[in-house]
Parts: sequence; structure tokens; C-alpha cells
Amino acid sequence: MPTKIEKDALTGTNTTGHEWDGLKELNTPLPKWWLYVMYATIAFSAVWVILYPAFPFQGATGVTGWIAREAVVQDVAAANERMAPMMNRLRAATPQQIAADPELRAFAMAGGRIAFANNCAACHGAGGQGAVGGFPSLADDDWIWGGSYDAIHQTIAHGIRNEEDDEARTSMMPRFVADGVLTPAQVNDVASYVVSLAGDADPGQAAEAERGKPLYAENCASCHGDTGEGNRDVGAPRLNDRIWLHGADRHAIARFIANPRMGVMPAWAGRLDPATINMLTVYVHALGGGEN
Amino acid sequence: MKWFNHAKIETNLILMGVLTLITVSIGGLAQIVPLFTVATTIERVEGIRPYTPLELMGRNIYVREGCYTCHSQMVRPFRDELERYGHFSLAAESMYDHPFQWGSKRSGPDLARVGGRYSDDWQAAHLRSPRAVVPESIMPPYAFLDRPLAYADIAEHLKAQRAIGVPYTDAMIANARADLEAQARPEADPAAFQGRYARARQAAFDGDPAAVTEMDAVVAYLQMLGTLVQFRDVTPEQMRQQ
Ligand code: HEC
Ligand code: HEC
Ligand code: HEC
Repeated sequence: MPTKIEKDALTGTNTTGHEWDGLKELNTPLPKWWLYVMYATIAFSAVWVILYPAFPFQGATGVTGWIAREAVVQDVAAANERMAPMMNRLRAATPQQIAADPELRAFAMAGGRIAFANNCAACHGAGGQGAVGGFPSLADDDWIWGGSYDAIHQTIAHGIRNEEDDEARTSMMPRFVADGVLTPAQVNDVASYVVSLAGDADPGQAAEAERGKPLYAENCASCHGDTGEGNRDVGAPRLNDRIWLHGADRHAIARFIANPRMGVMPAWAGRLDPATINMLTVYVHALGGGEN
Repeated sequence: MKWFNHAKIETNLILMGVLTLITVSIGGLAQIVPLFTVATTIERVEGIRPYTPLELMGRNIYVREGCYTCHSQMVRPFRDELERYGHFSLAAESMYDHPFQWGSKRSGPDLARVGGRYSDDWQAAHLRSPRAVVPESIMPPYAFLDRPLAYADIAEHLKAQRAIGVPYTDAMIANARADLEAQARPEADPAAFQGRYARARQAAFDGDPAAVTEMDAVVAYLQMLGTLVQFRDVTPEQMRQQ
């Protein structure tokens, strides 16, 4: 029991009554504003418990009847209704029609930019610049599957070599060494030839490239074309440019031929609204390489 | 306030003991009572199954590496979150999580629905070197995950999960090792494995079917997150929590 409570002369506040070796402690009351804020929060929580769902029991929803899950469904429905006039037009139009109508086009470019940042940028880069490792640039005119509105729309809606969509674009380049079609030395030769197709021939590798030429004609031309011009029907990229999916290094190219890792892209038709896919098509087409 | 005197409580052991008990009980009840009502707070949706052995190992690595310090796994019921990530998270979706990975901080995006959003190749490339695919990323690289997975004790992991309420069957525990290997090898016979774990994907998740690596486990785990419930088939009644 504290016995020696005394008034401190300097501050006018009582001490706690304890004393340790002559040291006394002031019993300063909590600031009034702090105390009242605390009482207010206690009162607030009591009101909250009555108004909103606070107990995990059947039917304990609070007197407002508010439920987060139902509120968000209403939120989404209200927003969809607000956007419906424009979204319905974007859904009904083809990408070509959207691009031709300035109002729709402006809307599609804004919406497409957001949808691209959310769904595509991780693989294709924030500006569509792509990434080494098999993720192609969408901002150039070097298309693997095609750069027309229809081709881009088809690629986005169904994806590429995925397991989820039966209409996904698909094709397989043989695993030339892993499947025993070519020896590692032959792959080296054909890689040198491929590099020379792109105009990056290394004089030191002229002999290899010469040996690789017939191998190319025999094994590769059917998909990549006689001069390496590529074939969009089977998604075989152009080889006679300096744009490479897995890096321009000759060894990286040889590694790819020996045991290719085929690019996979998810299908978006099941995830995104048809209007969003139309907006994305217009957006990607406008990134730089769109074709007619 | 004359009637209330701290000094009285502090000098009376029994009074202090009784009041402490009352205070602690209130706090305890607030935490314990909801556990008795789990049956009504977890939605009755179809499709939720325990993690496959490989996914479970991936989850362990996810916890070990502290991925939850930057990533949440909880899509909250707000419109902006639904627009970005998809359907809000259900309690049922983390009912076999011990401990749950809801998280409380998002330096990176929410991962509750990341499954299937990207390819296995992207996931592995991104974990090896995030900045190789996302130049502006601040995520640390996890290239060391390409080392072999230690899974000799996988059956024990399943048993431990069963002890805390995850419904692993005897067959699942007996075949844990075989199931783990089957999932990481696309050419393995799917019948038995798929029979135990519905709609689980088999793939060479890290790109190499030969060895089972930690990368295989983490990618298998990431690729199933948020994919078990088919929201197209869920009725509002099933989703109603209370
Ligand atoms: C998991 C990574 C990934 C995501 C996410 C992704 N893509 Fe792709 N995309 C790829 C890969 C890989 C290819 C190339 C496939 C190939 O090699 O044939 C590709 C190819 C394409 C092509 C064809 C390019 C060409 O040259 O013909 C288009 C168009 C495209 N993506 C658009 C998109 C859009 C739009 C989105 C977002 C809705 C998206 N992609 C999301 C990985 C991805
Ligand atoms: C059955 C068709 C087919 C055959 C035959 C084929 N390829 Fe391919 N090739 C493809 C496809 C499809 C791709 C695209 C892979 C991807 O998108 O991930 C590709 C990609 C490539 C690439 C990467 C292109 C880039 O931009 O980085 C190289 C290099 C290549 N092939 C070389 C060859 C060589 C050399 C041969 C012959 C030894 C060959 N291919 C035979 C279909 C084929
Ligand atoms: C320092 C914080 C940090 C840590 C730790 C971290 N991440 Fe990330 N993560 C990020 C950021 C930031 C992004 C977004 C940029 C990017 O895609 O790299 C991201 C993106 C991702 C994505 C892509 C998500 C999407 O929807 O685009 C996945 C998957 C992922 N991280 C998995 C992991 C895993 C698995 C671990 C643990 C092994 C991990 N992260 C640890 C910060 C982190």
C-alpha cells in the first residue's frame, strides 16, 4: 500500500507514494485527449459489433445486414452497368472496326494498356519489348504467328502450346540431338549456317557454315524456309534476321537446336472478357508492328 | 474514483487472480470460440484437395524462403482486387494450409490466383533471375532452387499434416514418394497419381524431367494456387459463409 503520497511542489502533481533510495515518481495522469480517444474507440467498437458481422455464427450478420462478399458483388455489378454501353460496343465490334472508330479506339488503347500491364507485361515486358528466354517482342514487325488483327486476336484468345485450350496454336520443332537426328557436331555446323543466314557470319566459322548448309536444307528448310524466312503457319520464326528468342550468341542458338524449349503462352479467352481481348488486340497491333 | 482502487487489487492475491482469469478468458474465448464454428465458416465448395507431395514440398520451400514476407495469398473482396487477381479468396481454399499464407504485406503481387497465369518456363526463369524477365523487379533471385530436392522423408511430412487434420489417406502416405516423382516426370503413368489427387498437373516444371529439384516443387506449388475451385460451378449458397 503506497503510504507517502505527496504533492510535488514544482508540478503540483501527486507522487506514486513509492520511494527508492530517495527517488520518487510522479503519478502524472494520462493526457485527457488520449483518454477520450481511447474511450471513443471502445464505444466505436461496441457500435461496430452491433452494426456489422462480428460473430462467427449462423445468421450473425449485424443489424445493417451488410456482408463484404455481397457488397463487392454489387460494386462489380454497378461498375459493369456504368461501363456497359461502351463495353457492349467493344464486344460487338471487330478489332478492325474498333481501330477505325476514333472514340472506340481511344477507349481500347486506354483499356488495353491497363489489361496489358496486368496480364501480359510479366512475359512480354512493360512496353511489349519482350525478354530473352523465349518471350518475343510485340513492339516490332517480326511476327512468329502473324501481326494482322485476326492473327493477334487468335493468339491472345487461345494462347500458344498450352494445355488448357484445344484451339491453342501449336507446333513442335524436333529436339535434334535429344531425339538423335543430328550429332552435336552437326548441330554446331548448322548453327553456324543459321548465324550466317542472319548476316552475322564469322569468317572463322566459314567451313562449319558450309557443312551446315546441306543439313539445313534437309532438316530445317521445311519449317524455317529455304532462306530462313520463317513460316507463320507453323510458328517457325524467321532466322534470317538478327532477332533471336534466346539470345544472339551462337552457342545459345546451337543449344536451342539441340534441345529446343518451345514457347508457351496461356489462353486468355477463359480469363478475360471478349471486349478486353478486343482492346488488347488493338493495343498490341498499335505497339509498332501491326500489319493489315 | 473512490470505489475503484488499484492498490486494493494489487495487494489482494485472490482478487487479482480472479480478475486476471476473467480477463484472460475473454481474450481466449474470442480466439477459441470461432474454431468451434469452422463448419459454418468454411464454404462447402467442390474441388479442394490436400496438396500433392510435390506441392507440399514446394509450399515448405515457399515458407522457408519467406516468400510470404513480400507476397500475400488473399484476394480481398474489393472490386479493384477482383479486377486484378480474380475471384476473392474463400476460407475453403486455405483450409489445408498449416500455417496459412494469407500474409499481410505486398511488396510483390498477391499470389492466391497465380496458378496457370504464366507458363512453367516463365515461373522457373523468373525465380532464377526475376530481372531477366521483369527488368524493373525488386524480387531477389532464387537460382539455387535448381538443386536436388531432399524428399526421403516425404511420407513423414504427410503424416505430420494428417496429425493436424489434413485428410491424407493411408494410400496417399504409402505412395507419397512415388506420387512426388510421378508429378515431376511428365512421362510417368498418371492413372494412380491422378486417382489420388484430382486434376493435379504432371510436368517437368523446371524444364528438366531427369532430376527432381526444389525448383520443380516450388513451380508445381505456384501453378496450382487458386486453381482448385471451378468458380463457374459455384453457387452463391455454397459460397455463403454464415
Ligand atoms: C507466360 C508468359 C506469357 C504471358 C503472360 C503472355 N504471353 Fe504472349 N507469348 C508468350 C510466348 C512464350 C510467346 C511466343 C510463343 C512462341 O514461341 O511461339 C507469346 C506470343 C505472343 C504473341 C504472338 C507474337 C508473334 O510474334 O506472333 C502475341 C500477339 C502475344 N503473345 C500477346 C500476348 C498478350 C496480349 C498477352 C496478355 C493478355 C500475353 N501475350 C501474355 C508468353 C506469354
Ligand atoms: C517442325 C518444324 C521445325 C523444324 C523442322 C525446325 N524448326 Fe526450328 N523452330 C520451329 C519452331 C515452331 C520454332 C519456335 C520455337 C518457339 O517459338 O519457342 C523454332 C525456332 C527455332 C530457332 C529459334 C529462333 C529464334 O528466333 O530464336 C532456331 C535457331 C531454329 N528453330 C533453328 C532450326 C534449325 C537449325 C532447324 C534444323 C536443324 C530447325 N530449326 C528445324 C520449328 C521447326
Ligand atoms: C523482396 C520481396 C520479394 C520476395 C522475398 C519474393 N518476391 Fe516474388 N515478387 C516480388 C515483386 C516486387 C514482384 C513483381 C515483379 C516481378 O514480377 O518480378 C514479384 C513477383 C512474383 C511472381 C509473379 C506474380 C505475378 O502475378 O506477376 C511470383 C510467382 C513470385 N513473385 C513468386 C515468389 C516466390 C515463390 C518467392 C519466394 C521463393 C518470392 N516471390 C519472393 C517481390 C518479392
